[in-house]
Amino acid sequence: MNILLAGVGGQGTVLASRLLAQCGLDKGLRAHTAETIGMAQRGGSVVSHVRIGEDMFSPLIPKGTADIIIGFEPAEAVRCFDYLKPGGAVVVSSRPIRPTTAILSGSAYDGGAMLDFLKSSAGRLVVVDGERLAEETGSMRSLNLALLGAAAGSALGFTTDDIAGAMAKLMAPRHIEANMTALRLGFESVKNS
Amino acid sequence: MAQSLLMGNQAIALGALRAGVGLCSGYPGTPSTEVLETISKNRRGIYVEWSVNEKAALEVAAGAAYTGTRTLVTMKQVGLNVASDPLMSLGYIGVKGGMVVLVADDPGPISSQTEQDTRTFARYAKIPCFDPSSPEEAYEMIGDAFDYSEKYATPVLFRPTTRLCHACASIDTDDFVKQISPEGFKKDPKWVIFPRLSYAAHLNIEKRNPQIGEDFSTYRFNTRTGAGKKGVAAGGVSHAYVKEALKILGGDCRLLKVGTPFPFPETLAYEFLDGLEEVLVIEELDPVIERELVYLCGKKGIRLTVKGKLTGHVQAAGENTVESVVRQLSEFLNIPYEKTAAASLPQLPVRPPVLCAGCPHRASFYAVKQAMKGKKALFSGDIGCYTLGNAQPLDMVDTCLCMGAGITLAQGIRRAEPDTACFAFVGDSTFFASGITGIVNAVYNNTDMILVVLDNSTTAMTGHQPHPGTGRTLMGDAAGKLSIPDILKAIGVKNVQIADPLDLTAAIAAAKKAADDGGVQAIIYKSPCIYVTESEKTADVEPDQCIGCQRCIQELGCPALVTEGGKAAIDKSLCTGCLICAHICPTGAIKGGRRS
Repeated sequence: MNILLAGVGGQGTVLASRLLAQCGLDKGLRAHTAETIGMAQRGGSVVSHVRIGEDMFSPLIPKGTADIIIGFEPAEAVRCFDYLKPGGAVVVSSRPIRPTTAILSGSAYDGGAMLDFLKSSAGRLVVVDGERLAEETGSMRSLNLALLGAAAGSALGFTTDDIAGAMAKLMAPRHIEANMTALRLGFESVKNS
Repeated sequence: MAQSLLMGNQAIALGALRAGVGLCSGYPGTPSTEVLETISKNRRGIYVEWSVNEKAALEVAAGAAYTGTRTLVTMKQVGLNVASDPLMSLGYIGVKGGMVVLVADDPGPISSQTEQDTRTFARYAKIPCFDPSSPEEAYEMIGDAFDYSEKYATPVLFRPTTRLCHACASIDTDDFVKQISPEGFKKDPKWVIFPRLSYAAHLNIEKRNPQIGEDFSTYRFNTRTGAGKKGVAAGGVSHAYVKEALKILGGDCRLLKVGTPFPFPETLAYEFLDGLEEVLVIEELDPVIERELVYLCGKKGIRLTVKGKLTGHVQAAGENTVESVVRQLSEFLNIPYEKTAAASLPQLPVRPPVLCAGCPHRASFYAVKQAMKGKKALFSGDIGCYTLGNAQPLDMVDTCLCMGAGITLAQGIRRAEPDTACFAFVGDSTFFASGITGIVNAVYNNTDMILVVLDNSTTAMTGHQPHPGTGRTLMGDAAGKLSIPDILKAIGVKNVQIADPLDLTAAIAAAKKAADDGGVQAIIYKSPCIYVTESEKTADVEPDQCIGCQRCIQELGCPALVTEGGKAAIDKSLCTGCLICAHICPTGAIKGGRRS
């Protein structure tokens, strides 16, 4: 299974990819990830590659072979669309983050065209009102768990219980409660939509 | 045995601990930083330090290795340039305890100034080099590197690349630790480099290195597999790309994997070449393996074609990818591969990295920019988060070369253009690493310049490491806290101003005064990185008062400033309440609020 996470530096893509890899390990599978660390983390585009299973060599997912793209931001999901396999699924937060460069140049990026593209091009699209979910949990920082919850409720091969098990291993106990709420809300948002 | 998900850098650190390393030193630099941080977290009583720079780190490690202690020193590839003076000589002197110099290369480059290749440096320094191809392999190879270092009494290089350093893999680890009993430092003329000793050492090295190459021909991570008349040679992460590409293409060929590019395992390579018609070499950065194979063909009189970077069959710069290798192998092995047509994507917004919302560097740059408005001024930058001050709308980095260079470049420009006010911006960690000698140079030669120290109390870009000005060490101990203003005064800078950049009026006044006074001037803009102190505040925009002029956005480019219905608004998830935008707002519409 190949899972690609795309977002903006600071959104918590690295933790989300580690949680997915841990889910794989907990099922006795081999896992690889590759993450963006360094200057791009300062508000730039970031990508995490997660590969779970045998006979995988490259830490990076070959283009056209991702089973699922988890987009933390609409344009970032589209930027990585070449990685998705034909008919693959996209789980995406609807909330656009306008880059400062777009605001300075007055260009009208609002995410709508990105969501339209994903709707017409992905095999399956799950749009998550990630911001509302995160607000309900009291923290914008749990967007990553809300997206994982939505992925678990749709195209991901792991359940929310699998993810909760990985959270217990990788996260500080004081962060678990708020993130469990986000995970559940993300999961339920798919069932309700 | 336990299987856990480890980042390549963590695997290397745990492998070094397993090999009985007793002292580790280094200087932070992407993609190498996590090695020392992991050692520090799991150190089981051994000594580990962030040194002031890479040269210091290498010398500390060499000293300990003279006693028989196993030592590890870590840096990024450009750090090796700083450490090259001691390393070149150490190759002649040698070591007693195993000494591994880990230098992380960065094909792309993703977070670096150059695409230099440490394998090439290994040949120049005549020092063996290990090149792991996966995190799993790196965990074991680092232990081998210590063994070979001790066997041949030479420091060895270990060069992972970004895609290995920052890739995670499931790795079986155990709690074994090799017991090393250092003999201690024994006084001996062999530790003192003199021309006569160097001549003898040089002869020895030239005799020894082919023997190491022979030894490497049977080394477990140099392998020869597959069959056929065509062969592919690869090293590092490119080997993983070749395996993946062969799987995608459903092809097979002879495959040489080179885990020790220097000294080159010639016997193994000769066996690989024997009977082949054609070879394609897939590697990143320099054509190191390719040149070795071309040389070997000439040496042994083998008639075959070697394709790679030198022949234009592989791109000369940047990273390899599975896609690029699939394309190259498809052509080389005559296996047709139909690429799926890429979807035509809607126009995407450009998203370069920027200074964080609330970053005090933004205020410092803005203050100097305002102070020098309409005047002829040069703004020399340096290496760190503040390199991002080059972006619009700040546009405050006119030069950037290497660590500490901004200070001395400014002096050269001033000498050539005496009517230009020359500012040099340097971060606190860079100041200690390589800034101080440049300032001594200005004072000694009486060159007018304005040094601006952006003191955010941490090494921010690489993930917030302590440094000599922070008062604590990597081991968490309290340390003597070095004062930047005291150092500047002690080396003869008479005018040292300290200002809070978030107090914009005072910050602008400091820059104006420094520019007017002449001589060697220093301003220390002191305000902690937003990751060092949590802010409870945010700014608020009074929509009734905002006239939609967007001056705040156009002048600062802060990611927390957005527009809503033509008016300015605050993204409260990002805002830290620094209120620099409130200084700029012509109608006073931006006020301080609290985080909701």
